[in-house]
Amino acid sequence: MLSDFLIRAVLAGVAVALAAGPLGAFVVWRRMAYFGEATAHAAILGVALALGFDMSIFVGTLAAALAMALAVTQLTGRGLAVDTTLGVLAHAALAFGLVAVSFLQGVRVDLSAYLFGDILAVGRPELAVIWGGALAVLGLLAWRWNALLTVTVSEDLAKASGLEPRHERLGLTVALALVVAVAIQVVGALLIVAMLVVPAAAARPLARSPEGMALAATGVAVAATLGGLWGSLQFDTPAGPSIVVAATVLFALSLAMPRRD
Amino acid sequence: MSLIAARGLSVRYGGVTALEGVDFTIAPGEIVTIIGPNGSGKSSLVRAILGVVHPTAGQITRRAGLRIGYVPQKLAVDARMPLTVRRFLSLPTRRDRDEISAMLGRVGVPDLHDRQMTALSGGQFQRVLLARALLAEPELLILDEATQGLDQRGTASFYQLIEQVRQETGAAILMVSHDLHVVMSASDRVICLNGHVCCQGQPHVVTAAPEYRALFGYGTHGTMALYQHAHSHDHDGCAHDHDPAQPLPETADAE
Repeated sequence: MLSDFLIRAVLAGVAVALAAGPLGAFVVWRRMAYFGEATAHAAILGVALALGFDMSIFVGTLAAALAMALAVTQLTGRGLAVDTTLGVLAHAALAFGLVAVSFLQGVRVDLSAYLFGDILAVGRPELAVIWGGALAVLGLLAWRWNALLTVTVSEDLAKASGLEPRHERLGLTVALALVVAVAIQVVGALLIVAMLVVPAAAARPLARSPEGMALAATGVAVAATLGGLWGSLQFDTPAGPSIVVAATVLFALSLAMPRRD
Repeated sequence: MSLIAARGLSVRYGGVTALEGVDFTIAPGEIVTIIGPNGSGKSSLVRAILGVVHPTAGQITRRAGLRIGYVPQKLAVDARMPLTVRRFLSLPTRRDRDEISAMLGRVGVPDLHDRQMTALSGGQFQRVLLARALLAEPELLILDEATQGLDQRGTASFYQLIEQVRQETGAAILMVSHDLHVVMSASDRVICLNGHVCCQGQPHVVTAAPEYRALFGYGTHGTMALYQHAHSHDHDGCAHDHDPAQPLPETADAE
């Protein structure tokens, strides 16, 4: 019989997969992988702040991820090379976060839980937060879907159609920060971007439309979550990395598929 | 009332001035062709009209609720995003199948529905972009070097199509071209731009002159015309090469 902690782990993993599938498609289309990396690494700094100021981890990581995403948007808008800016900020956030955690006195922190996730320790309150965040991301994407696609195809065409590309980009930034905040306990800060990019990349050959790709990415993410959790129990491996391994296996299989163009 | 009115429009990127003190208007149903050499600010003017770039000086007013159809100079559809022609035409507003069929037929590419955008030829791509712009039932259609990559026959039939659109829908048309001499003969006004407005006027039809018939070919059905620049060659920045291979023959006004 399935134990409670395992059911909670499955539910938490599926929630993250549902949000990461369609958002991951945008990350791939818009080449935001490195941007996602910077946002996810900032979450470690958020963990340190949350522990230091006795806030909830969710609020701390969300705030740090959001602040990082907005800072990157501002800096790259000023003509600094995107790649360089992200290279500086992504690693700076991680390093500052790790240093900040070590300054915390009287708190014993298991950092690996935040770096690689600790899905089997998800409790009822965390589960509610994870589902809430995932549904918020899905709602945002569904609401702005056509506008987001248009802006992704061409910002000039979007503008001519009366859309405001800045607002749509901000929406994606917020969605990304939310996914980071809910996924940190499931796969960890270091592997969140893998949950976004790998399923979407695996879904590309299966799809003929953007919607098809988002759905297929969600399917791959859910399958990887279930497969990874199963493997983790079977072989006594860490859950977060096992999920990413499962996703990568599915990606490798997708390479053998002919493109459905 | 004009659809777009710009006064003293200047656009700078960093320290580089793309446009300086440009006045521009376009009235309902008018066809305006903007010509100028590379780097003359044509695309900056279009992007300012669309609201993509903000003027560093001057002002630009669009009539409230103006529907714009925009055919960009180029559009790179990334192969990472699977996108059929039909889906592209439904961005951002959903269009039903019949509407899309009718429009694809009208622009001369009826069978492309389920083709991936990345699998289109240059000419097909331009026509699909035009179809998308027309689906918005625009009051102003902006074409940025839309005939680039088309041969003369293709350009002529494209011009015919545009003229037809104006007749049927009454849309104003703003056409941008880097060809300094040969313009669409239906243009009501030609504006020569080189950072500022160098000159403007009406095109001259060339059907009467046999040497130009030979130059333009015979399949163009009078859709192309010559534009004679009215500024001297050396005044402030307008010193581009104006002279066609031969001296101009007697020409007749387009009207």
